[in-house]
Amino acid sequence: MVAIAEKSLKRRSRFQFILDRPKVLGPLFVSPAILYVLALVGVPFLLAVYYSVSAYTIYSQSYKFVGLSNFFQIFQSDIFRTTLANTFIFTFGSQILGLVLGKFGALLLLRPFPGRKIVRALIVLPWAVPVALATVAWEWMFDSLYSVINWTLIALGFIDRSDAPNWLGTPHLAMLCVMVVNAWRFFPFAIVIFLAGITAVPQDVIDAATVDGAGFWRRNYQIIVPIIAPIVVVGLIFGTVFTFTDLSIVYLLTMGGPVNATSVLGFEGFQVGILSGDVAHGAAISLVMLPVLLVLVVVMLRFIRRREI
Amino acid sequence: MAAVLTNDITKQFEGVAAVAGISLSVPDGEFMVLLGPSGCGKTTFLRIICGLEKQTSGDILIGGTVVNEMPPRARGVAMMFQSYGLYPHYKVRDNIAFPLRTQRVAAAEIKKKVDWAAELLGIEHLLDRRPRQLSGGERQRVALARALVREPTVLLLDEPLSNLDAKLRASARNEIKQFQQRVGTTTIYVTHDQVEAMGMGDRIAVIDHGKVRQVGTPAAIYDDPADRFVATFVGSPPMNLVAWNGGHLGFRPENFLPKELVEDGAVTEFSFRVERAEYLGSERIVYGTLEGLESEQEVTAKLPPAHVPLESIRPGEVHPFAVRNSALCYFDKDGKRAIRH
Repeated sequence: MVAIAEKSLKRRSRFQFILDRPKVLGPLFVSPAILYVLALVGVPFLLAVYYSVSAYTIYSQSYKFVGLSNFFQIFQSDIFRTTLANTFIFTFGSQILGLVLGKFGALLLLRPFPGRKIVRALIVLPWAVPVALATVAWEWMFDSLYSVINWTLIALGFIDRSDAPNWLGTPHLAMLCVMVVNAWRFFPFAIVIFLAGITAVPQDVIDAATVDGAGFWRRNYQIIVPIIAPIVVVGLIFGTVFTFTDLSIVYLLTMGGPVNATSVLGFEGFQVGILSGDVAHGAAISLVMLPVLLVLVVVMLRFIRRREI
Repeated sequence: MAAVLTNDITKQFEGVAAVAGISLSVPDGEFMVLLGPSGCGKTTFLRIICGLEKQTSGDILIGGTVVNEMPPRARGVAMMFQSYGLYPHYKVRDNIAFPLRTQRVAAAEIKKKVDWAAELLGIEHLLDRRPRQLSGGERQRVALARALVREPTVLLLDEPLSNLDAKLRASARNEIKQFQQRVGTTTIYVTHDQVEAMGMGDRIAVIDHGKVRQVGTPAAIYDDPADRFVATFVGSPPMNLVAWNGGHLGFRPENFLPKELVEDGAVTEFSFRVERAEYLGSERIVYGTLEGLESEQEVTAKLPPAHVPLESIRPGEVHPFAVRNSALCYFDKDGKRAIRH
């Protein structure tokens, strides 16, 4: 018996079980994803880096290296500086608004009431509806002539027709509008994140807080929110990255107007690089997002790691 | 510290009665154990006392005050939960301080009290750790410290030992009991473990299907069960029940002995056919049937190996066994305790 076993052992090729080795199989399974990321993210990114230090425009396609002069030029532009500030206001404004709406939405949806399941399903709609469709609907609600918001305010007697606000035509109001639309898109996601977090907090912990004398606010802001903070920050990372780089809502609602009051980096990069054909400056504008987001994401990830419990 | 009195408490969950009328009086300083199988309503009853659930009907009095409409924080009770419910994001120090912070106690006072509670439970060295860095036994102490730090009127414990391993459970049982005697807080302790109940309770309330079956000292519950449920729920192995005169005759396995060991006094004799035996070191559990009755009855005997040699009782043999008449309990056909046999 021993002899037979040894014989068959010798006959086996050393590659026969190669796929059983985690060291081989693992990389094999991961490689398609890596290739895909390299091709669809890595290459365009390197291309953008290259464009941003060249003098490339669609009219004169020169790959001449110009160093960082594109960056110096855009930073000297007033429009760019406004755009950068707008991007921060737009991102943080809509994230804060979305988080607040998400928190309270989640608290409401945690309570049992008739039709809760239907409401829970419907609440995801703003997130699921195509952004173009939704924004067009909002555009009509903010329209200077046909605004249903103004119509309601007038009908309720809060304002007069003569001083009805021109939502998209006034700088601050226009910024508020794009933030509201973005927060409206983001808040179902925030609700889902909060719901998942709150349901994961052990009932014993919440009960203990109640017996220990914590009322509604203390229970929420000293117990539940700190416990779910890491989950919320993960959601916030997603929201921040998507909002900071977003151009669709601004493009569809205001085109950056009035007078660049709602122009954001993504929109400005698209405007300069694609619509005006100045690829080099467009790439430089877009690349400014990278270090900013990198810092934000690293800070948030560090926060999560510290809070891991 | 205060006495707890409940008056016909009921609780319906969507038409199902979880608690079906419990009236219980726990005097000041008593260690009362609520004992019952899982799902019997004992935890719900505890949650009603502390105010986490609202009873459907009935009154609760703590220290003579009706607390029906008071939120948990106004009742002055402290509760320790099965999985402790420690706040994972706080250090032990802040966990213990939390109930004081909600009462807006001054910072210096908080520090003093936290140190006092920590010293009481021997967890001073853990104050700067977080709950996840603690072992099960340490978590249990922290939870107890948090419950005690504001010197509650009543301490409610919901199966606090069920997350500990067997060895730790025995020492924790001892500690909680000693501790309660030292501070003298009225304590209501919920468990499904009869060893905990017997070992710790000044009195035990046996609960089944949302009702109290019997309240009494551990000895009374064990020796003088009020009905068949209590008789079979408490004791391991449970009390033997033999069909008898339309009702049941009950006797504890340790009182069911070879005839020669129970010579003195009035005894009732049985013929015991041995089927199987387990040797457990300090005792020997023998399973078998009684012969010569209207039907075959399965019974268990718990024999002291010191007095009954192993070879004297073997599977397959029939032996004369007897029970002292004073150790017999007779239950009528409804399972209620009738006169002593």
